[in-house]
Parts: sequence; structure tokens; C-alpha cells
Amino acid sequence: MIRDQAIGSQTDREIHPRARRRPLYRLLGRLSAHTLLVMGAIIFALPFVWMVSTSLKADRQIFAWPPVWLPDPFIWGNYPAVFIYAPLHQYFFNTLTIALAHVFGAVITCSLAAYGFARVRAPGRDIIFMVMVSQMMVPYIVTLVPLYLLFARFDWVDTFLPLTVPAILGTPFYIFMLRQFFLTIPMELEEAAIIDGASRLSIWWKIILPLAKPALATVAIFSFMFAWNDFTGPLIFLNSREKFTLSLGLQAFMFERRTMWGPLMAASTMMIVPILVVFFLAQKHFIQGIALTGIKA
Amino acid sequence: MNKPQRKRWLTNSTREALTCYLFLLPWGIGFLAFVLGPVAASFVLGFMDYSIVTPPRFIGLDNYIELFTSDDRFGMSMGNTLYYVLVFVPLHIVVALLLALLLNQKVRGIAVYRTLFYVPSIVPIVAGAILWVWILQPEWGLINSTLRLIGIKGPLWLASLTWSKPALILMALWGSGSAMIIVLAGLQGVPQHLYEAAEIDGANHWQRFQHVTVPMLSPTLFFILVLSVIASFQVFTTAYVMTGGGPAESTLFYMLYLYRRAFVLLNMGYAASMAWILFVGVLALTLFQFKLANRWVYYEAEQN
Repeated sequence: MIRDQAIGSQTDREIHPRARRRPLYRLLGRLSAHTLLVMGAIIFALPFVWMVSTSLKADRQIFAWPPVWLPDPFIWGNYPAVFIYAPLHQYFFNTLTIALAHVFGAVITCSLAAYGFARVRAPGRDIIFMVMVSQMMVPYIVTLVPLYLLFARFDWVDTFLPLTVPAILGTPFYIFMLRQFFLTIPMELEEAAIIDGASRLSIWWKIILPLAKPALATVAIFSFMFAWNDFTGPLIFLNSREKFTLSLGLQAFMFERRTMWGPLMAASTMMIVPILVVFFLAQKHFIQGIALTGIKA
Repeated sequence: MNKPQRKRWLTNSTREALTCYLFLLPWGIGFLAFVLGPVAASFVLGFMDYSIVTPPRFIGLDNYIELFTSDDRFGMSMGNTLYYVLVFVPLHIVVALLLALLLNQKVRGIAVYRTLFYVPSIVPIVAGAILWVWILQPEWGLINSTLRLIGIKGPLWLASLTWSKPALILMALWGSGSAMIIVLAGLQGVPQHLYEAAEIDGANHWQRFQHVTVPMLSPTLFFILVLSVIASFQVFTTAYVMTGGGPAESTLFYMLYLYRRAFVLLNMGYAASMAWILFVGVLALTLFQFKLANRWVYYEAEQN
């Protein structure tokens, strides 16, 4: 659950001035606030309920008016039916492979570069850092066409390499976030290790990484989600069906069978569930990361 | 390790510098190969006629001239995109702000509500798009079935010339949760004593919102404004998946047209020049927003 602490607010806030109002006014205020919250929650949650409900219905209930909310009977057949039209397990493993490469890049390469930018002195380092920051301003579309031509020349089109190699080499946004975090780690911890003759590499591995676990978790989740959700990259660089990611496979599935709403909703549900699991397991890092990027910028 | 020998060669600071460059090397390679090189190549390609099958041919400003003088789809896709940006961005900010205000209360179960409002924004965009095609389905979809219950015949949504863009905007607004969290963080950073001081001065609810909340929140709102303008100029996936640019090209957005030019018609040079027009346009707009920001964004540090 998204609690106040997660967003970084003061937890010991004083009682809001509103509380000093007359009781009736307060009660009405509370009621209307609650009503609005419930109404909003219903509007935001209904699409999900509708999706899951459709995925469990037989066609005669899917195409029914007035709309049926509770499937009767519950039909599980739409879930296995998906695999007849789209090898979802294959798409799943493809997506997972690409996403893990992104996580590796974020946690290892990006944190190494971030440590270099934060602590290791070198002439021109801060100028290089500014170059990296301005790299974040370059939109994907400007590089897209030449990248495609470059990867075509490498013979990388229709492999996972265009989707993984750039991410493994490092993403400026994650380097930036990790550097900000590393700057908050007290210098004394490293100084002791340097006096003991430890190398920078072992300091990064043995001291910095364990201390930076929350920040690493945040970039790991961000990069995982990005790769899991990405559509444009796979659309441009992948052609053959057995290499499709979930996004691309699901889009092809809908394109070909636009009226099979039962299996389509089952497929969407199966794509969303892993993301929800990641979110609920790690939402503290998640929300902190988002709030952090928002405030820092 | 032959440490003593190396120490004679390299001073500590040289070794430190080499270590630093080594740590930055992977990113540096990626930057040169996949960003700086392509940006330069893209600029040059903009002046070329290149369709992969034949070798590139230098044609000067012809791509740009064709875009601005004889390509109807260029103007139309830009118009569609401007419509999307001008309608979506203000609504997006208002929805995020309203939700954040609603969620910045001390009521029971607030954490559950926050999660509920936030979750749609992390749904994979293709899964969300497919779900919304079904919700917007004219006959059996959730919205029109519900409207029919109260006797209203809903529009054709994605199949209608007038409603296709609003339908995509509606879907995008469903994902306002991430902006909401940023606004919420901003709201919780407003010092409580400012509200108390305003109340002692006799400010009512609305005045407190207007004179305390809005100025204190303006940096956050500005941040969201800049980012969502940049992102919505590049709207692509929802249109590609949900409408394919139709009906009658009413959702042919700029990026979708660029994609077609590059990867369907293989006009690589033409597409590169389109990318540069968008890049420079959005960059100019962003700089303009920063200039305007001096008038309405309040930075505490400057004032003290």
C-alpha cells in the first residue's frame, strides 16, 4: 500500500486546521471526501474487473445486454485457448530475457558508472557528466532511423541484440539516479578501505553496492518495467514470431483475431499479472523512486 | 599483482583517473555508438534520399521542402498531434492534481485508494490498449452498454471521426497515476505552518488553495507539464495498436506517420528529416515553457 512514509512526507504532521471546524461541517466534509474517493476508485478499477470478468465468460455472456459482471458459469477455457493462437510462454521467456539484460545493465554497468561519476576523481569527469545529462534530452526518435540502419548493417535485426546491448552498456537516467544516491553515502566508509589498500572496484562491490540496495532496487524495477512494457523497440527490431515479446505478440494476436474477446482479455490479464506482482512486492522502492525523480528534477 | 612496479609508473591520481575512465567506459561506448553517432547520421540523412535498396543520394533541402509544401499528411498528422497535446496535457494535469488533493487526506484506507488510482499507470501499454478497445467497443463494450442502461446511445468511439481522438485521450487519462504520485509528493512537502498562517489571516479554503497550495506546488506542476508535453508529442503505441491511424487517418499522429514513412515505405531520409522537425519543435517549445516559467513557477530558494 502506498503510505505517507513511502512518498517522503512528514509523518508527524499536526492536526489539520479543518479538524477544528464544527462537527457537522466536518462530518459532511468527510462524507463527501469519502464518496469522491469511492467513486474515483470504482472508475479506475472497473476496467480491470471488466477485463477479468470477460476473460472468465462464455461468448454468450460476453456479448450480452445488459452487461453481465459475474460469469455464470465460470469458464477457464479462454486461458488455454490463448496458447492455440499465440505462444504466450515463448513470448514470456523472450520478454523475460530482454528484461533481465536491462536489469543487469541498470544494476551493474550503470552503478559502476554512477560510482565513477560520484566518487572517483579524473580530469574532465564533470564535463563528461554534463554530456551524459544532455544525452537524456535526446529523444528516441532522432536516433531511431540511423540505429535501425546500423543494426541492419551489424546483422542484428531480428535478434535480441538491438534491444539488449544498448541497455547493458548503460542508461543515463539510471546512472543519474544512482549517482545522486551514492553522493549521500558518507565518505568515511570508503576512506578507511582506501587506507587499507582496497581497490576502487572492490570498494564499489563490497561497500557501495550493499549500502545502495534501496536505490538499486528502484533502478532494477524501473528497467524491468520498461523492458516488459516496451513496444516500439520490439516492433522495429523483431520480425519473426518466435522472437516476439509479450507486447508485440499480444498486438499481433489482437490484429488477427479482433473479436475473440474472451481469449484476448485472458491474454491481457496474463501480461498484467506479473507486473502487478512486481509492484506489490516492491512498491516501497517503486513509489520512492517516482517521488524522488519528481522532486529532484 | 606487481604493485610496486606499477606505482613507479603511475601516480595515485593517474591511477584514480584511469579507474574512473574505465568505470565510465561501457556507457561511453554506448553513447558514441548508439547516441552521438546516430544523432549525427540522422542529421545528415535528413538531406538524403535513401530507401535502403538504392544507395543514398544527397538532395539538399528537398525533404524539408516537400514536407512543408506538398505533403498533406505531414500537416494532418501534426494537426492530430496538436489536438492530442492541447486536450490531453491540461486534462492530465487537472486529473493528477484532483486525485492528489483527494488522496492527501487522513481518512481510513487511504493507502488502498492510492494504490488503486496508481495501478493503471503501470499496466503494460499494449495490454491496456487491448483492454480499452474492448471497453470502447460500440455495441458490447463497457461504456456503451452502461450508457444504454440509462437510455443513451453511445458514440462509435474508435470507429468515429469525431470520437477517435477523445477515446484515446480518455484511455491515456486512466493512466494519470504516476503524475498523481508526483503531485502527492509535492503536496506533502508543503509546510503545514503556511496553511496555519493563512488561516490565521482569515483565508478560506479556496484562498488557501490559491495562495498557498498552487504556488508551493508550481515547480511540481511545471515538471509534469514539461514532461507530458514532450511525451504526448510522441504519442504512438496506443494509436498503432487501437486504431492503426484510422478511421480516415483521424488518429494518424506524427510518430505514426514517421513510423510508416521509415519502416513501411522505407523512406529513411524523409523520416530522419521528420524526426528533426519534431525534435527541434519540441525543444523550442520546452525552452519557451522554461522562459514562461519565471512568471508562474515559485522557487522558494530564490525568494529567501
